[in-house]
Amino acid sequence: MFDGFVKPVDEMSACNRLPRQKGDIVRLPGPCGPVSGRVVESLQGGRELRPVAIGNEPVLVDRDVQMALWVLYELFYRGFEGVDAGREWDPELITLRGVIERRVERELRSATRGRLNQLLAREEAVGDLILDLVEEDEGPSLSSFLRRDATVEQMRDFLSQRSVQQLKESDPQAFLIPRLTGRAKAALAELQYDEFGGGRASHLHQDMYAETLVSAGLDPRYGAYIDEATAVTLAAANVMSLLALNRRLVPVGVGHFAAFEASSSVPSRRIAAGLERLGLGAAARYFEEHVEADAVHEQIAARDVCGAVVEQTPDLLSEVVFGALCTVHLDRLSADDLLTRWGVAGDESEAAS
Amino acid sequence: MNREIQVFACPHGPLLVRGADIVVDESGDEHAVERPVVALCVCEGSGRKPWCDGTHKSIRRDLP
Ligand code: FES
Ligand SMILES: [Fe+2]
Ligand SMILES: [Fe+2]
Repeated sequence: MFDGFVKPVDEMSACNRLPRQKGDIVRLPGPCGPVSGRVVESLQGGRELRPVAIGNEPVLVDRDVQMALWVLYELFYRGFEGVDAGREWDPELITLRGVIERRVERELRSATRGRLNQLLAREEAVGDLILDLVEEDEGPSLSSFLRRDATVEQMRDFLSQRSVQQLKESDPQAFLIPRLTGRAKAALAELQYDEFGGGRASHLHQDMYAETLVSAGLDPRYGAYIDEATAVTLAAANVMSLLALNRRLVPVGVGHFAAFEASSSVPSRRIAAGLERLGLGAAARYFEEHVEADAVHEQIAARDVCGAVVEQTPDLLSEVVFGALCTVHLDRLSADDLLTRWGVAGDESEAAS
Repeated sequence: MNREIQVFACPHGPLLVRGADIVVDESGDEHAVERPVVALCVCEGSGRKPWCDGTHKSIRRDLP
């Protein structure tokens, strides 16, 4: 007679018992159109995804499509309350993700092609090229506006929109590490060690961002602001996953990451000053940390990570630089998005520090 | 303890230092190193000396 322990059926799926922290339970967002509607419905009901078509409009600024993509990607990060963790590799969901991803990629390539050709004509080392192209960008400066003019409400709106990517800061790029080798891998790991707190949980950058939200009177829980996130906010977060979860796009991912780090130190200084001006100084710690941290990270990411990737395979230069231009493009879209949302004319926010 | 300290001078930018525990500035003040690599300001413009804060970008045109 068998008298051993038999597990109840619902405990068989051990992957649904992943360790979680308090306040870490992510709820599915409310659907905001046909595409995200189908995805959410399928996950909620534990049912097969019903077919859905993506329209012909640009997907980077389509909130419904970006929400669907965000949900599909979250299955690879923290998952959702009540959703079987096994859905991560559901073939129908992966197929839909691939369809959206190719559309996003195509739009990013066509938006950056002209500038990419100009930059590739220069005889500069890839590290210098990336640091220069970020600096030469003449888009509206969101951080200058935040420093000088933003109201408390606008600052809070900025912080909550940013939370969509910052509460999983560096998580997407961690997927790049096993896809790199040699010096590029060592340099990225060195940088990520700092992003993930250097062995101290209290220094995890993503958790420092959560503290910033609390200090600014906002909700620090992962996914708390997802229903308020704009299309561009979601797209900026999604592109990081796109470039890290597809091995064919790894060189684009390292270029994107380097430009992302290179657009952080100076803006962080301005945002910290804006928070002080508004009496929200306690929320500035995250940004102050990033003034110093990213002054280091931008050098390592551009010179060591990208430098090593291009040194190993010189043909990848244009993919790496394309990645950096994706960051610049999304930064511009984000700045326009928020400044327009706040009714601020472009000239009021012109770059000046 | 023998520990290797690596330095790298970034063109038009800071000096990257790996493996140091303490940085002593020119007035003899000690600054604890709290990350795997630190960037030391060489442009003199940083508001957070001895650390680089990105200010070199606005004055780099005048640097070698
Ligand atoms: S070297 Fe970067 S601020 Fe001086
Ligand atoms: Fe960070
Ligand atoms: Fe960083």
